[in-house]
Amino acid sequence: MRYMLLVCGDLPAYEAMQADGSFLPDCRAWADEMRRRGALVETGGLRPPDDATTVRVRGGEVLLTDGPFAETKEVVAGFSLIECADLDEALEAAARHPVARHGTIEVRPLLPA
Amino acid sequence: MTAGGGSGEIEAAVAGVFREEWGRIVATLIGLTGDWDLAEECAQDAFARALQRWPHDGVPRNPGAWLTVTARNRAVDLLRRQAAGAAKLREAALLEAASGRGSGAGTADGHGDGEDEEGREADAGVPDDRLRLMFTCCHPALAFEARVALTLRTLAGLTTAEIARAFLVSEETMSKRLTRAKNKIRNAGVPYRMPPAHLLPERTASVLGVLYLLFNEGYAAGSGTDLLRRDLTAEAVRLARLLARLMPDEPEAGGLLALMLLHDARRTARLDAAGEPVPLEEQDRTRWDAAAIAEGVRVLEDALLRRRPGPYQVQAAIAACHATATTAAETDWAQIAALYGVLSRLVPSAVVGLNRAVAVGMAEGPAAGLALVERLEAAGELGGYHLLPATRADLLRRLGRADEAAAAYRAAIGLAPTDAERRYLARRLAEVAGPRAP
Repeated sequence: MRYMLLVCGDLPAYEAMQADGSFLPDCRAWADEMRRRGALVETGGLRPPDDATTVRVRGGEVLLTDGPFAETKEVVAGFSLIECADLDEALEAAARHPVARHGTIEVRPLLPA
Repeated sequence: MTAGGGSGEIEAAVAGVFREEWGRIVATLIGLTGDWDLAEECAQDAFARALQRWPHDGVPRNPGAWLTVTARNRAVDLLRRQAAGAAKLREAALLEAASGRGSGAGTADGHGDGEDEEGREADAGVPDDRLRLMFTCCHPALAFEARVALTLRTLAGLTTAEIARAFLVSEETMSKRLTRAKNKIRNAGVPYRMPPAHLLPERTASVLGVLYLLFNEGYAAGSGTDLLRRDLTAEAVRLARLLARLMPDEPEAGGLLALMLLHDARRTARLDAAGEPVPLEEQDRTRWDAAAIAEGVRVLEDALLRRRPGPYQVQAAIAACHATATTAAETDWAQIAALYGVLSRLVPSAVVGLNRAVAVGMAEGPAAGLALVERLEAAGELGGYHLLPATRADLLRRLGRADEAAAAYRAAIGLAPTDAERRYLARRLAEVAGPRAP
């Protein structure tokens, strides 16, 4: 089964990650380990919501908004698409992810293709 | 095969095996089909069929095997009927292979001959999947209240309406809760299994927590409340017994069972004729269930032999101290105080600290107990919890400080959550402040 790990956090979590010296090496180690197991489909970090543009089409007209869809304290900061046997495996992978120490990781199963 | 009795007898026979066999059948069918709703439907169907067939054919020698095979045949038929694609057909074929039933053996309307399989099945033994089911129902990815509801529905066989009534929510709410939990198990890929060793301690704690909540929900229900709610206690004991049998190497399973048995043994003495709670030291100990106490102590001793103490074993040991004292005066309070000390190291909590203060107050005198209560108060713990001033009041009363005791009883009355507790505290207040108070 495929699971999307949505890496989320608020400003204090972001600052804690910045201050955590082993954070980035740990993130790379996590991704390497997942790749080695053949469990990592894709992973990436996102630029902050300040750089987001929201797109809607209403009555054939394209409407653009500067900024995120919803103003919330928690924002999606990155993602990892993983392939696991079951939810337990996905939850363990999420618990090992360094972001889990500071922010939160939402584990979402993908609809079957 | 016994001779067919009257329909009343048959209904009693079916009801008799229901509690024991429902969970086993549902667990087996989920294991075979992976479909929770299908499993429940087929289990229901098997019991309905038993009511039809047993009056004519007699009660089978092994009713559980008969019901399981009948439910399994029903699942094959249902899967075939809805077999829209190759995958479903494959599933049906696999299921047939698993049930050992040749193609065409069952009739089209689903009257699979359960009994024909019975002899073979009874000895081969249907694998007991109930542990897998228990752990899956109590998966921590499910909300706690969903774990409780799912356990009652799939393992204990309570209907959605019954569970709703027991938890004082509408049937619609409960139905949604169950459906959502089953959908999540399917859609999110919650595995149907015993967790692997490295997850076992955490997952076992969840299963034990669900069963303990069921017990307490039933135990806390007064005599005036719904009988069904009190039945939760019996269901919890039944499930804890099953868990202890299926996990003989887990001493906390035995500890939980012992704890339940030792508490439940005092059930009839806990309330007086008017339904008022009777404090432990005033209970008529001849009304305690001696057999349940003996079993609880035996189960606890077996668990303790494994030398891996845990919170349930320690709480059971405390309950055993109370249950085995022939009079309140003979209670081994020093032992209880020491056990609360162990418990507060295992699960640091202010409530445990308060219980320890009570025990120390009995073992070493009210002044020692009061010192511990004052330490809890100074730490700002348990603000708003009526048992904190109530405990303080009892200790002050025993120290002869009547005015302070009365003030503490009044504070406790103001915080007590139930009428029964307020009445009990008011009686105590009258003892120290005279009958006209408050």
